[in-house]
Amino acid sequence: MSDAVTHSDEQLMIELRNMNKWYGEFHVLKNINLEVKKGERIVICGPSGSGKSTMIRCINRLEEHQQGDIIVNGVPLTQDVKKIEAIRKDVGMVFQHFNLFPHLTVLENCVLAPIWVKKIPRKEAEATAMKYLERVKIPEQAKKFPGQLSGGQQQRVAIARSLCMNPDVMLFDEPTSALDPEMIKEVLDVMIELAQEGMTMLCVTHEMGFAKTVADRVIFMDGGQIIEENPPHEFFNNPQHERTQMFLSQILNH
Amino acid sequence: MKYELQPTLPPPANTIGAIGWARKHLFNGPLNSIATVLLAWLAFTILAPVVQWVLIDANWTGTARESCTDGGACWVFIGQRIDQFLYGFYPDSETWRLDLAFFLLLGLILWLAIPKLPAKGIAALITLVIYPVIAFFLLTGGSFGLEAVDTHQWGGLSLTLVLAVVGMVASLPIGVLLALGRQSDMPIVKSLSVVYIEIWRGVPLITVLFMASVMLPLFFPEGMTFDKLLRALIGITMFQSAYMAEVVRGGLQAIPKGQYEAADALGLGYWQKMILIILPQALKMMIPGIVNTFIALFKDTSLVLIIGLFDLLAIVQAATNDPKWIGYATEGYVFVAFVFWIFCFSMSRYSQHLEKRLHTGHGNRA
Repeated sequence: MSDAVTHSDEQLMIELRNMNKWYGEFHVLKNINLEVKKGERIVICGPSGSGKSTMIRCINRLEEHQQGDIIVNGVPLTQDVKKIEAIRKDVGMVFQHFNLFPHLTVLENCVLAPIWVKKIPRKEAEATAMKYLERVKIPEQAKKFPGQLSGGQQQRVAIARSLCMNPDVMLFDEPTSALDPEMIKEVLDVMIELAQEGMTMLCVTHEMGFAKTVADRVIFMDGGQIIEENPPHEFFNNPQHERTQMFLSQILNH
Repeated sequence: MKYELQPTLPPPANTIGAIGWARKHLFNGPLNSIATVLLAWLAFTILAPVVQWVLIDANWTGTARESCTDGGACWVFIGQRIDQFLYGFYPDSETWRLDLAFFLLLGLILWLAIPKLPAKGIAALITLVIYPVIAFFLLTGGSFGLEAVDTHQWGGLSLTLVLAVVGMVASLPIGVLLALGRQSDMPIVKSLSVVYIEIWRGVPLITVLFMASVMLPLFFPEGMTFDKLLRALIGITMFQSAYMAEVVRGGLQAIPKGQYEAADALGLGYWQKMILIILPQALKMMIPGIVNTFIALFKDTSLVLIIGLFDLLAIVQAATNDPKWIGYATEGYVFVAFVFWIFCFSMSRYSQHLEKRLHTGHGNRA
């Protein structure tokens, strides 16, 4: 009995239940319900201002929700700072503008959190960091500063930096939107590889090719709500909602 | 149709070198040419007599005012009183302690400032933790077989430096804490910081020093004394940390929100985030502001003369009233101005150098 419970807890990575958020008077997230199982890859899309970034930023408490529950890896998200920090340890995030620390080298960017948050010895942290930098194919840049790298390289460093914390979930907040077109592929390739290795991923993106390749489910948001949620095949070929059809026609036919 | 390859020619002679520079910057039009000539003439008419007085007609050697016969500056006065100007009323046999403290500090600063020297962490630790203790025992004495020297015997440049260095070293961390407090989400911490900063910024330093030396003792119980120098130091530190806090706040606000978010997302705690991520970047941007405050602080130390502490300015002023040297006040003030200028100018130059050095390769392209 208890085994079964633990088992199902393990399976459910992220749970949002009747989650609401307001910016002052403005209702940005309306009654969001979402369950993400371990190993699932979710792509979230929608017009700008639809609340998709805000939603995933609530999951690691970069934004505070006002109503409903967010449960990450079995830990309910509350005001408790210890719980917030515990959740952030397990949840990696990649930002649109990379947000690398410009005063630290690439390697220092990667080992900082493992050393200070997880108390891993420096040697070990550096070995892990080099492993992930190799995985994102830029180990030779380890001693450089972020400002010396291209946008695509910086974003790959940002992915490696998150992976160094050995997270259970990765959140991607429009990871390719700030990149020049020729650099998008190198970042998507890394993300696809990560997905194929079984990482649980929530990805806000407009890269529909990526969604088709790796997503288990595609979520469409508009006006602060989840409007449609379907496997990619269904989502792209048979969109149910009028809004979804319009959105898809706009981003696919150009 | 085919073009011949053109040879590479040197630029016309009047566009390069000193002549080219002068044409471009000094004589690039009738109006500017007139301005150049006028200003050059003005500079010459002002500077020539100054140089004449300071250097050419000046008397440098001698033991009394009778040696000053050339009509220029009488530097003999400074030379005769230099020990007092540097050490105040510190006992002659003990001035080596001030020298030692000064050169130790100079050595540590050089260790920190010269990029090639290793182990900056240890140097910083020695400078901030061990050195103050050593300097305290060296200067005050009374232990380790050193003769005790009461602080009312301190004076001159050494007192100025004590005030300035303690003020700088103490006001920076307090300022950082106040700035963080002002940005805090906790309402009590925030309002206390705001109140502190606004009150101290709203009063002149002179009143702070008066309060510290005249009014504060009235609140102490009968018989309790509190060193006057210490009170002045506390007053200066409290006052300057409010200014420092505003400089630091400016730096903190210039750090993009994404840096805070990235640190949060990695699970760093508040202090880790501030010390490892935000402050190193902010402090780099704040260098001009911090040094500006330091320079102001250094010069403000001369205000302690109103509460009867004999800093460099006060002691030189006192010496000019000495009947033996009456009439040489100008030399005294020029000397004080020159010493202050040397220190402030060095700080300014070093900060510019530091800004350039820290800038290389750190730029964030995003």
